[in-house]
Amino acid sequence: MITDVLSWGLAALSLWSAWRVFRTDSMMRAAYLLLASFAAVGALLVLLSAEFLGLVLVLMMAGEMTIMVVFMVMFMMNPAGLNPMTMVHQHRAAVAAGIVSFAGLALVGVAGDFPDRPAADEVTTTSALGFELLGDSMLIFQSAGVTLLATMIGAVALTSRGGRFGDAHAGSDAPALAPEATASPAPATDAVEEGAHAAHEHDRHGAEGEAG
Amino acid sequence: MNLEALLVTAAGLFGIGVYGALSQQSFVMIMMGVELMINAAILAGVALWAESAAGAPEGQMLVIVAMTVMAVEMAVGFALVVAVFRVRKADITEKLRRLRG
Repeated sequence: MITDVLSWGLAALSLWSAWRVFRTDSMMRAAYLLLASFAAVGALLVLLSAEFLGLVLVLMMAGEMTIMVVFMVMFMMNPAGLNPMTMVHQHRAAVAAGIVSFAGLALVGVAGDFPDRPAADEVTTTSALGFELLGDSMLIFQSAGVTLLATMIGAVALTSRGGRFGDAHAGSDAPALAPEATASPAPATDAVEEGAHAAHEHDRHGAEGEAG
Repeated sequence: MNLEALLVTAAGLFGIGVYGALSQQSFVMIMMGVELMINAAILAGVALWAESAAGAPEGQMLVIVAMTVMAVEMAVGFALVVAVFRVRKADITEKLRRLRG
């Protein structure tokens, strides 16, 4: 009985905070509301006797959302939500897509004929998962670990400033429009040529300013 | 809570995630939408595991794979946001009109 009330409350909390993520002005609050949604889902998992998964979810999301708050404060122009702000595009299409996907999935959930085989209460699910991780599913477990390692290497490679072949953004710089613009500025003799040089120099600096 | 209610909750989380990923302009908010979708997948997976699969440990294994996908998405997403911001000074999708630099 108390478990029932608790799980209904947690489900409502997860849905409400997920909705508020995209409705609040403050980017920092959005990140913490997402954390609240994940924590509610994690508590639901614990109530569904997947204790290990629920606690891992909460632990992972607490760290991840803290990083996300730092990112929000660094990147967004209005991290504290002092000004009202809506940064959306194609809003009607997005609402329609959300409603359609919710309706389709909810229809599958309600109308689907799933077998009624609840997990037995005396099953110690965590130890069963441990034996599964280091037994039959060890290859999957190891593959997940190697995938995470590759992700770490890829993230470092993407964010590093320099590499063996120069700056990380060297390939993304806009090329100069004229070949002489890249040469060292020679002393100009003609006034017209000097004007052309100046224009090229200006272009080059403009391109660099935009790219760099 | 029965299986249907849990699955409808997961569908609601997924729908909100779809809305967020499609409507938001900021890269980080789009990533939040994707995270919500994976959150819904985790909830639906565990609900089916607990109510309909008799607690077989392979179901939890599948959820662990979904969690790995979530961690990978987050790490690569943040790395891409940093790389794009460093080169283009762009933090919303409208500022990225060209694929080439």
